[in-house]
Amino acid sequence: MDLRLGVQLGIIGLTFFMLINASALLVLAERKIMGFMQQRYGPYLVGPHGLLQPLADILKLLMKEELRPKGADRWLFTLAPILSVTAAFAAFATVPWGAETTLFGLLETPVKLGASDVNVGVLVVFAITSMGVYGIVLAGWASNSKYSLMGGLRASAQMISYELAYATSLAAVVLLAGSLSLREVVDGQSGTWLGFIPRWYVFLQPLGFIIYVIAGVAETNRAPFDFPEAEQELVAGYNTEYSSVRFALFPQAEYINMATMSAVATDLYLGGWHGIPFLDAYGLSWVTFLLKVGIILFTYIWVRWTVPRYRYDQLMGFGWKILFPASVINLVITAALVLYFNG
Amino acid sequence: MAETVVFYLLAGTAIVASALVIGQRNPMYSVLMLIASFAALAGLYIQLDAPFVAVAQIIIYAGAIMVLFLFVVMLLNAPQEDAAEWDQSHPLRRPGIARFGAALAAVLILQLSWALMRISELEAPVGSQAGPAGVSSVRELGRVLFERHGFAFEATSVLILVAMVGAVVLARREEP
Repeated sequence: MDLRLGVQLGIIGLTFFMLINASALLVLAERKIMGFMQQRYGPYLVGPHGLLQPLADILKLLMKEELRPKGADRWLFTLAPILSVTAAFAAFATVPWGAETTLFGLLETPVKLGASDVNVGVLVVFAITSMGVYGIVLAGWASNSKYSLMGGLRASAQMISYELAYATSLAAVVLLAGSLSLREVVDGQSGTWLGFIPRWYVFLQPLGFIIYVIAGVAETNRAPFDFPEAEQELVAGYNTEYSSVRFALFPQAEYINMATMSAVATDLYLGGWHGIPFLDAYGLSWVTFLLKVGIILFTYIWVRWTVPRYRYDQLMGFGWKILFPASVINLVITAALVLYFNG
Repeated sequence: MAETVVFYLLAGTAIVASALVIGQRNPMYSVLMLIASFAALAGLYIQLDAPFVAVAQIIIYAGAIMVLFLFVVMLLNAPQEDAAEWDQSHPLRRPGIARFGAALAAVLILQLSWALMRISELEAPVGSQAGPAGVSSVRELGRVLFERHGFAFEATSVLILVAMVGAVVLARREEP
């Protein structure tokens, strides 16, 4: 087999492997950080310092009995978690996570780190993440339970409201970069201003970055916006009736979506794999990328255990009356400035 | 060869899913079939070298509009359509109305066959004069949309705005 094709397949496999592990590690990180914030250890018994806790969790979920409520819709009940997790994995397909590399001289021509590179990459990520909501909505409807239905309804309403602000903040970055390809957006951020400020779009788009992060938290249904599964009101929301592996797929999809959201934020606003010249020189640019993604993921978890949940009507009001107008103003100003300086 | 197979697979999915949209008794399944049909259409656009149109199709139709459809179907919790309700006494089953519908269907078939016969006479598609980048170039697409078809674009947006204002007026509750 062609070496190049093998390497490309290897990169795709590695991306998949990293995502699976990201979901397992994030579960552990979440519990550890939560423990730290609440002045306790968190999981500690399985493996050294509780490092193998995710394995134990997965094993436990695999051994559980699979239940399906009598009135549930058989096909959609099974389809919903599959749809959720498939969309989560597929969304990462066009996200680049490292500069072009020859793998320390193994290849003659450099290969791009990332499952694939499409010229409309930003939109592909957005399109596939927006498909993910069907998993939650269908789970809510197919369970034939009032709590699940409420969770599903909330998920769809929340998704529609926050997708607008999310997409509009993306559009501002696309305007700046002049490209819809994530790789080209990242390459537009190499170098520095005045010798020490990195040319990251976060400095040109501070408002856009804040809007992106807030909308991203809402899109991944994380606290303080986790209304589809608000425990105090809806038991467990859309996944109330699920058990065993089918249940496990929902949190897995959520954690992978978090990772995707952080990776895209890194690519769009934080300069992707640029930033540590010392690592660039050794072909280890992806380490920089992973570091940045890790910082954003930590912030995600930090926010979850610090900020209390909103009220549902506040969430809708905030999305439509504050976040969306702010992102539109941001887009208009960005467009005007780009036209002024480049036009 | 592989492309032809994929084409027939996608086209078949689109047709079957579209037929099932009206064939399903459960409105929930109808919505899902419509989404499947849109996804197959997006695949066809990719085959036509128009990834931007394909992604826009997914984002706007499958992603946003259908979520709204699903939301409404779930909110109303529409029951399965009952076959007994659609017996001969239903107003839509009267012979006059049925004949009118049949005439409309015949006109549609005539129109479609006329349009399909004239396909070879059409002027070249947008991509062909734009050089190798073709329709996949978002820049080219934007230029055509906002320069050549600028009026149609603006008219459509006003139309949508009118529909939106209408919906707000209809749904608004009078203050007591």
